[in-house]
Amino acid sequence: MTTKRLSLLGVNHKTTPLAVREKLALAGGYEEPLLELKKVPGCSEHFLLSTCNRVELLFVSEPSLSLDDKMMQFLFGESVTADQRSHYSYLYHDAEAVRHLFKVAASLDSLVVGEAQILGQIKEAYRYASRHGCTGTLLNKLMHKSFSVAKRVRSETGIGSSAVSISYAAVQLAKKIFGRLDDKKVLLIGAGEMAELAAEHLVGQGVCGVVVANRTLARAVDLAKRFNGTSCSLEELSAQLESVDIIISSTGAAGLIIASEDVKPLMRTRRSRPLFFIDIAVPRDLDPALNDIDGVFLYDIDDLGQMVEMNRAERDREAVKAQRIVDEETLKFSRWQESMMVTPTITAMRRKADDICRQEVAKTLSKLELDEDDRKKVEKLAQAISAKLLHDPLVYLKSDSCRGGHDAKVDTIRTIFGLEDEHQQH
Amino acid sequence: MISEISFLLFQATIGITFLSAAGYLVFFITQNEKVRKLARYILLVSWGFQTLYIVSRYYLAGHTPVTTHHEAIFFFAWATTAAYLSFRWRYSVKNFGTFVSLLIFILLVVAASAPKELIPLEPALQSLWLPFHAGLSLVAYGFLALAFCGGLMYLLQERELKSKRLGYFFTRLPSLQSLDQLNSHCLAVGFAILCLGMVSGSLWSKQAWGTYWRWNPKGVCTLIIWLIYLVQIHQRFTVGWRGRRAAVMVVIGFVMVLVTLWLVIT
Repeated sequence: MTTKRLSLLGVNHKTTPLAVREKLALAGGYEEPLLELKKVPGCSEHFLLSTCNRVELLFVSEPSLSLDDKMMQFLFGESVTADQRSHYSYLYHDAEAVRHLFKVAASLDSLVVGEAQILGQIKEAYRYASRHGCTGTLLNKLMHKSFSVAKRVRSETGIGSSAVSISYAAVQLAKKIFGRLDDKKVLLIGAGEMAELAAEHLVGQGVCGVVVANRTLARAVDLAKRFNGTSCSLEELSAQLESVDIIISSTGAAGLIIASEDVKPLMRTRRSRPLFFIDIAVPRDLDPALNDIDGVFLYDIDDLGQMVEMNRAERDREAVKAQRIVDEETLKFSRWQESMMVTPTITAMRRKADDICRQEVAKTLSKLELDEDDRKKVEKLAQAISAKLLHDPLVYLKSDSCRGGHDAKVDTIRTIFGLEDEHQQH
Repeated sequence: MISEISFLLFQATIGITFLSAAGYLVFFITQNEKVRKLARYILLVSWGFQTLYIVSRYYLAGHTPVTTHHEAIFFFAWATTAAYLSFRWRYSVKNFGTFVSLLIFILLVVAASAPKELIPLEPALQSLWLPFHAGLSLVAYGFLALAFCGGLMYLLQERELKSKRLGYFFTRLPSLQSLDQLNSHCLAVGFAILCLGMVSGSLWSKQAWGTYWRWNPKGVCTLIIWLIYLVQIHQRFTVGWRGRRAAVMVVIGFVMVLVTLWLVIT
């Protein structure tokens, strides 16, 4: 018998269409719903996570009391029929709930598996929940555990290292060509969403400058301001090519913007420093023959797409490893939860006291010369002292009146008596 | 007695170097950091054994052991190991050790297959210039061997990047930039020592034969090597030759070094 029942109710990008998720999105922030949940009778701890891809509601209740329907109603409100509710959402209990939370934290359940943002979002959500006193012993332990599981998955598997988007792939390639990016300059030709994203990633990796070239200079100036860079017109391109290192092109032009013949003579003025061209325009902006020039590397959208595919396969292999870590940690957490029950705690406490008695009595008796009768008396004395010392803690542990519930008491007792380590050994 | 110890030392060196190269290869495949550390320590031990073998050989021959194929190639392997260990101390280039340790092992195997008997030195050549000239030249070749390994890695990585089939080597090889830097560093150090080696050789020739320069195969080969590297260094510092061209040049230069070593030392 566990003292508390842990449940997780959630919707995510896999189970629920965006149209439904939109209605749930807790636009007003965490405070209001957290405080509202506090009023639900029988719910002793709760935690709420809401991102654009998922809503997860974690709550702790008495095992005899089912809050599932109530929570479902809270989550969906009146907008969705009861039938649809259970269809769109998932509900896990105890070990399954723990496993799911670990998977979410480790980014195994994300739209882009392995992305690092989710952990930050969970941490932020947890800050709100704990600040409003919504979490207790069980959830505090669980949330902290989920952070460390996420960290472990990140460090022991390659799940976060694979580039699974075009812009990540571009950064990965740039690093293999240039090594360090902090003395490299990026030239952005044309302004498109994907090009901006790639430039953003490169800036995030520390490139030292951004130049934006665009047909309409005003747009170029705007964009340059965003990256803290400079702007130029399309006519100045070849002058720019002398000083920049990475070129991202995404104009809507029908023909080629840069031809191989334009770049070849430039390589001498560049003292053969390598150039990395990224062409994400369709139709292409850059001459495919550029790739044949020594020291020039040209990647178009298909090449990058292929790389993303390759990385995705690699990442799926790593996900299997990560899954194993999650399973392992779930098991560990379940064991901890079991140890939190009152009965094993009493047993552990008594065993510890008995062990100490026996050891100390043996130590003393070996130095004294006593007959059988006196030996018995000494043993009894020791037992009596330990029993009297344990009496009040045991009464406290068994009492129902205490605020904070069993978990808090068990946790306190285990900490005071140092029972934590003993549990680890089993 | 010494000749037995010397023989054992040689066998041990081969075995230990094999272990190191195998370790580096395992690291290359599995990318397990612990294996790499272990392989590096083993390589360090191997270098110690190489040194001891050279010392034992010195006692046996009575002069610096660089006059037969076996001795020269062994000394070459020793110089390459020393160059790598000194280089490794300053830079870290991902998976460089795998290539270098393999090269060292191959050199040792070649040394093992060459006849090991001691050949007494001509009286004319017995001079203090011998250790100077041969030692310097072989240490220079050691650094040029590193440049060669870096060049090979560069060409492999560049081919992956150009062909856009990013496979096995792409993640395992370092960036082109760092390989190019390695090339420039090893070339600069190697070439400087090579110049000293040539000057000392010329002085030695003056002492032995009364002339600074003799047109024999050895002289011509060395001159070609020197010119190959001179052109590279010149081009790098004037017009910025780098990348693929520089990598191809160090590979060509190194092939020339091997040819010279094999043809000329007798």
